[in-house]
Amino acid sequence: MKIKSFLYSKKVAPYVFVVPFILSLLVFWAYPLFSTIQMSFQSILPGQIEWVGLANYQRLLRDTVFHTAISNSLRYMFWTLVLLIPFPMIFAAMVDSRLVKASGFWKALMYLPALTSVVISGTLFRLLFAEMPTGQMNILMQWLGQAPVAWLKDDTLALMALLSLACWRWTGVNMLYFMAGMKNIDHDLYEAADIDGATGLQKFLRITVPLLKPTTVYVLTISVYAGLAMFLESFMLWGGNNSPMNIGLTIVGYLYRRGIERNEFGYASAVGLVLLVIALIINITQLIINGSFKKEGK
Amino acid sequence: MKKRIISVVCTAVFAVIGFFVIFPVFAGLLASFRPGRELIRRGLNVDLDFSTLSLSNWAYLFSGNADSRRYFTWFGNSLQLTLITVVLTLFICFFVAYGLSMYQFRLRNLLFFLVIATMMVPFEILMLPLYRQMIAMRLINTTAGVVLPGLTGAATIFFFRQYLTGIPKDLLDAGRIDGATEYGIAVRIVMPIAKPAFSAMAILVSLGAWNAMLWPMLIFRESRKFTLTIGLNTLLTPYGNNYDVLIAGSMFAMIPLFIVFLCFQRYFIDGLTAGAIKG
Repeated sequence: MKIKSFLYSKKVAPYVFVVPFILSLLVFWAYPLFSTIQMSFQSILPGQIEWVGLANYQRLLRDTVFHTAISNSLRYMFWTLVLLIPFPMIFAAMVDSRLVKASGFWKALMYLPALTSVVISGTLFRLLFAEMPTGQMNILMQWLGQAPVAWLKDDTLALMALLSLACWRWTGVNMLYFMAGMKNIDHDLYEAADIDGATGLQKFLRITVPLLKPTTVYVLTISVYAGLAMFLESFMLWGGNNSPMNIGLTIVGYLYRRGIERNEFGYASAVGLVLLVIALIINITQLIINGSFKKEGK
Repeated sequence: MKKRIISVVCTAVFAVIGFFVIFPVFAGLLASFRPGRELIRRGLNVDLDFSTLSLSNWAYLFSGNADSRRYFTWFGNSLQLTLITVVLTLFICFFVAYGLSMYQFRLRNLLFFLVIATMMVPFEILMLPLYRQMIAMRLINTTAGVVLPGLTGAATIFFFRQYLTGIPKDLLDAGRIDGATEYGIAVRIVMPIAKPAFSAMAILVSLGAWNAMLWPMLIFRESRKFTLTIGLNTLLTPYGNNYDVLIAGSMFAMIPLFIVFLCFQRYFIDGLTAGAIKG
């Protein structure tokens, strides 16, 4: 009886509510994070764990395949930021300004790709970008009077295929984020601008873009993570983790190769931590520049 | 007049985007009515010669033979996994968010900071140690192994918390005066009010669970345990002869989410933008 009234008291109840989070945090977040940091300083073979200090990291410095993976991931991330922030923002502004007819229909249509799993969308794009002259992209090349190309065997062309897939899947979702952000902008501002004779473009640049900043920073932050941690898109386009000259290899792909395919948990952990550090550096820098750490009350 | 021209141009822009959005799906749908082997040999294109279309892939998919049964085992596994994930995640995240937003207690701010902190570490980095942990915990090949690590999704907790902070605390006190327990208030008074939040999160979580691939791929080792995503992927081998199932099955796999989407479009939008609401 005493236990019951203790558990039901207002003091204890909040702890009961948050217990699942604390447990999950410890078991499935804090412990693995600690364990991967620890493993990154170890050489792990079945039944034989040895401390090797910084050896894994030193090896990474000289590992040219890893450098390829980093450069591929950074390049992919950069281009997704360039393509998947300004354009969805412009599209969102178009819908928001009520200039688009049947906007509900277009909006619904644009979320469609977000519903497809990476297996299905990846397979479709892989086959659209097939190297045979009968693949859709090569049919397009022939229309343009070009010879068919092996899309997934060339560094730049492969990046284009990956970016097409990314744009196809995420334009609609990012547009949605921006539209949600635009709902918070006071419409009186636009009316005031109308009275002052501002053009649509001026209103977009002077009102929408600056006031949308919190949303933009949010989309930027998640896009940096998503871009750097991209793996399955590449895994699907090349039907596995191997691509010619590693043109499709990403940092997570390399982590997967070393950790899961070759059982080098120590080395793979070091790869993962380098990824975490890169992602944190980029995002913290970006958040500082955007003033997101300043105290509230702007 | 000028406004009309702009309106036409804007609509045209969306028509073009709409074309690009629908194109791959349309091409895939057309291909599902042609032999799968051809698709792999020739690549995917939109061939509008409708005379070559046949229902044979779809008939094969629903024929009930070994390939068909295997596909529907995966389909069932995906449904089951999605359902379990949604129910557990929603209830757990709701209660955690409830604790974090309805009470003042010592660990509150620290815990909320930790919710945000978990978002700062991409799952891919924890994948390896978690995988080893699952082996040690003997959860490989089990649904529990797939579901457990994701139950307290930070975005879901965050969304519920945003929603719950908008609910007046007087309601809780009124419940207490009426003699309800702390848990009774959460379940009988607040939960019904939070129904829209539940709908939005149900959709977001089911989208994630139905399409999840990386983690289930590490946990599930046997074909009979596979979900659709992993199963379809295994059909893509160069030595396979199941391309008919692959293409028709891929198209069919899109249907459940598509139905959910059409029915709950409004909640979908709330759910997808969950994290973006200013916190």
